[in-house]
Amino acid sequence: MENIAIVSLTVNGRAVRRAVSPRLNAAEFIRQDLGLTGTHIGCEHGVCGACTIVVDGAVCRGCLLFAVQLEGSVVETIEGASQSGRVAELQSAFVARNALQCGFCTPGMILTAAEALVRNPGMSRADIREAISGNLCRCTGYEAIVDAIEICVERART
Amino acid sequence: MIGHRAIGSSRPRADAKVFVEGRGCYLDDVQVGKVLHVAFLRSPHAKAGIKSIRTEEAAAAEGVVGVYTAADLAPVCRGWDTSQTYPGLVMRSQTALAASEALYVGQPVAAVLAETRALAEDAIELIEVDWEPLAGACRLDEAQAVDTARAHSDLADNSAYRAQIGDEASVDPFKTAALVVEESFSFHRLTGASMETRGVIASYLPGDDSLTVHQSHTAPHQLRSLYAAHLGLDEGRIRVVCPHVGGSFGVKIHLYADEIATVAIARLVGRPVKFVADRIESFVSDIHAREQLLTARLALDSDGRFLGWEGTSLLAIGPFSTHPGSSVQEGDEALRMAMAPYRIPYASGRLDVVFQNKIVVGQYRGVGHPIGTAIGEYMIDKAAAQMGIEPAELRLRNYIPDDSYPVRTRAGVDLEALSHQKCMTKLLELIDLPKLRMEHTALRAQGIFRGVGFAAFVERTATNAPSAAHIRKATAQDGITLAIDPSGAIRCAISVTDQGQGTHAVIGQIVADALGVSADRVRVVSGDSQATPYGSGVRASRGTPVGGELALQASRQLRSIVLQAAAGLLQMQPDAIDMRDGLIAPVNGGTPSISLADLAEIVYFKANTLPAGPQINLSLSMHLGHDWPALVPTNGIQACLAEVDVRTGFVRLLRHWAVDDFGTIVNPLLVSEQVRGGIAQGIGQALYEELVYSDEGQLTNGTFADYFVPSAADLPDIVVEHVETPWPYTQLGAKGAGEAGTTGAVGAVLNAVNDAIRPLGAKITELPMTPARLLNALGRL
Repeated sequence: MENIAIVSLTVNGRAVRRAVSPRLNAAEFIRQDLGLTGTHIGCEHGVCGACTIVVDGAVCRGCLLFAVQLEGSVVETIEGASQSGRVAELQSAFVARNALQCGFCTPGMILTAAEALVRNPGMSRADIREAISGNLCRCTGYEAIVDAIEICVERART
Repeated sequence: MIGHRAIGSSRPRADAKVFVEGRGCYLDDVQVGKVLHVAFLRSPHAKAGIKSIRTEEAAAAEGVVGVYTAADLAPVCRGWDTSQTYPGLVMRSQTALAASEALYVGQPVAAVLAETRALAEDAIELIEVDWEPLAGACRLDEAQAVDTARAHSDLADNSAYRAQIGDEASVDPFKTAALVVEESFSFHRLTGASMETRGVIASYLPGDDSLTVHQSHTAPHQLRSLYAAHLGLDEGRIRVVCPHVGGSFGVKIHLYADEIATVAIARLVGRPVKFVADRIESFVSDIHAREQLLTARLALDSDGRFLGWEGTSLLAIGPFSTHPGSSVQEGDEALRMAMAPYRIPYASGRLDVVFQNKIVVGQYRGVGHPIGTAIGEYMIDKAAAQMGIEPAELRLRNYIPDDSYPVRTRAGVDLEALSHQKCMTKLLELIDLPKLRMEHTALRAQGIFRGVGFAAFVERTATNAPSAAHIRKATAQDGITLAIDPSGAIRCAISVTDQGQGTHAVIGQIVADALGVSADRVRVVSGDSQATPYGSGVRASRGTPVGGELALQASRQLRSIVLQAAAGLLQMQPDAIDMRDGLIAPVNGGTPSISLADLAEIVYFKANTLPAGPQINLSLSMHLGHDWPALVPTNGIQACLAEVDVRTGFVRLLRHWAVDDFGTIVNPLLVSEQVRGGIAQGIGQALYEELVYSDEGQLTNGTFADYFVPSAADLPDIVVEHVETPWPYTQLGAKGAGEAGTTGAVGAVLNAVNDAIRPLGAKITELPMTPARLLNALGRL
C-alpha cells in the first residue's frame, strides 16, 4: 500500500490539513486535493512555470515540491491572489493588452510578474523580459505580456 | 446596413477575465465524477517485433482495474487505414495499441487502467514485453539508399509518395540565364509544444449505449464521426465536448492512437476513463513537423528578373501518414508555395516522401509554408548579393503586381486579391533600410555582425472540404444557430472553435455588429457536438474567414426577421427602422421605438398583443457551404534584424517587423497578437527548436530543459502592421490570419543571419541555426 503522510498548511488564508501520498507533488495536491485548478501543470520538470505558486512569500514551482514539503507553509495560489485583489492591476492590464491567448501560462505569469514588480519596481523592458523568462508562453510571443507588466511599472511610478 | 462599429475595432476579449483569474476549465479540470486513469507502455524501440506481452503482475498490482493490449481492444475498436488524401500515398493500417510490431519510440503498446495515474504508471513498470529489436529507418539522408533499413519490413523500400509539382523538369531556363544560384537546405524535426498537453476523458453508459468524450481538441464533430467509426457506435449517441484548449497549433486537430485506446477502454469498462499526456509523452507522441532535406535553383536574367525555379524535397513522415488527413502536405505545400509571390515563367518541384521509424509528421502551424517561404526567400537574397542588388528591390522587381490578380502560378495555385507591393511599401516605411545598411557596414569594422532579412510569402488558408471529401476531416459546410432570448440576450452556437486565439470574441463582435446589439449581449458557445451545428472546428486559420462569414450572414438574416416583427408592432415599414444597441427605432432616431428585449418579451409571453400575421421565429440556424475557392490565399512580408556573435555563434534578434494582408480585420488587437505569437514560433524553428534523434531513432531531448521553446528574453519587440485587401467572395472579406507569423518568420530570420555573416564568406542553411551550427558555418568549430 502507498504510505500516507499528514500535511498541515495555510492556503489562501485558510488552514488546511490533508492526508497525502508522500510522492504527490505540490501542484497536483493543490489541484486534486484542494480543487484549486488555476495552478496548471505544463511540464512537471520545473521549466515551464505554469504551476507557479507562492510559498511563504516567494514564487516557486509547484511541480518541484512535494506536498509534504509544504508542512507549516503559507501558500497562495492564483485564486487567493485574485480574491485578495493583490494582482488586480496586473490582471486588468493583461486583459486590456490581450496579454494571453489560451490562458494556460497566465496564472503563473501573473504571480511571477507580481513578485518582480515588488522586487524591482523600476524594471525596464529588458528587465521584464528577464524576470518572466522562466515562464513559458507558447501563444503570445510575450510582447503583450511585457507591455502589460510595463503598464503596471509606469502606474506605480506616477 | 449598419456601419461597422464593432468590426474593425480593437476590443479585449471578454473571456480574458476568466483566464487571468485562473478560472479557465481545461481538460484536466473537467469533473465527470470518479474517473479511472490510463497510463501507457510505449515502445522504447524505433522498430521492434513484439513477441509476447506478460501483463499478469501488472494486473495484480495495487489499484489496477485492467491491463490492455491490442488483442483486448480488438473486439470494441477497429484499426484504421491511412487517409487517402494524396492519390498514390502508400496505405498502412494501424491499431490503437501496437499488435505485432512497434514502429517508433513512443508508440503505445499496452495500457494500464488504475485508480490514480501514479498507480497506473507503477503497474506499467511491471509489464514485460519480449521485444525483437530491428534496424529502423531513422536517418533521412539514408532513407533512399540501396540496402538501407526499412521502416516497414513488408515494403520494398521507404518510399511513401512521389510527385512532380508544377512544370515538368527542364534545363532550358537555366541554360540561358545570366545567373543561376543553387543551394541545399536541411530542416530538423520540431513539434507544437502547446502548454497544455493532449488529454481525453471518456464515459460510456452501457444501458444507453452512449459515449461522452471530453477532449482537448479543436474539432468536436470530426472526433464524433471518427469515434463512431473506430468503435462501431451510432454517431448519434456520441457527444464530444472540447473544453478550454490550452493551445493547439495543429497538435490537437489530429486523432492519436492513445486517445482512441482511452475511449476504447472506457467502452470496455463502462466507467469514466481519463488520459492526460505528461510532457515527455507529448514529445514522443504528439505530431512532429518539418523534417526535410531540400534543394533549390533560381535562374535570373541580367536585370534580375526571375526566369525559372526548381525545388526538391525529401520529406520524412514517420511510419504512417497522420490520422485523419495527410503528412504529405508538409512537403507538397513547401514546394507548391515557394516563390508564389513572384512572376516566374517556369517553376518545377519534385517531392519524395519517405517512411521513417519516428513519430508521425502532421499539420503544425504553417504546414509547409514556412519552409517553402524560407528556401525561396533565401535564394532571392543569395541572388541579390551576387548581383549587387538590394534584396528589397529585387523582390519589388519580381512581385506579381497587386493590380494583376487573379493569377494561377506555375505550381497550379490560384491567387487572388493579394498585395505584395503594398505590403513591401508599408514595410519600407517602417524600416530605414539605407541607414541600417550603412550602420551594419560601420559596425563590421568593430567586429559586430548584423544583418537584415526579408521574407515575403503567400499562404493558403481557411480550408473547407472539397465538394467530395473522402475523409471525416474538413466539412463542406459550417453551421451556426442564433437565438434571441426574452431578455434580448443572443445565444450563438457555432461549429468553429476557440483555442485561445479569440474566435468567440471575433464571432461575438460580428454578431453584435450585424444584428445591432451591444457585444456584451452575445454569448458564443462552441466545442460541444451536442450544442452546435455540424462543421469543421478550427484549423488552417479558418475561424474568422469561414466562421465569421457564417456569423455575419446569419446575423443579417436574423436582423431582418427582428425588423419585420418590430415594424408590425411600431406600425412602420421595416426599411424605415433600424436596430442599434438593442433598440429598434426609426432610421433617423426618435419614436416610436421598442427594445429588442421588449419585442422578445411580447413574442414569448404576450403574443396576444402582436398584430395578426405569420408566426415570428426569433432564432435561426444556417449552414454555409463555400462557393469560393476551397483555399483562401493571404500574403505578407516580414523583416528581421539580427546580430550574430561570431565568437560564440549566438544570435540576438534586435527587431522584427511584419506587414500582413488578412483582408478585413475584425479585431486588430487580437489578430496582431496572434501574429506575434506565430512569429515567436517561427523564430523558435529558425534558432532553437529541434527534436534531436539518435541514429537508432531514440529521441534524446524530451523536456523543456533541452527542447528550447523561446522565452521572453530570447525575443525582440515585433512591429505588426496590416494592409486590408478584402477577400472578394464573402460579405465579411476576412482571410486566415493564424499562421502567417510562423510562415514568414523562419525565412526572415534565416536571411537576417545570412546577411550578417555573408561578408565573412559564410552561409548557413541548416535549421535551427544553433550556436554550434553557426560556428561550423563560420569555420570556427
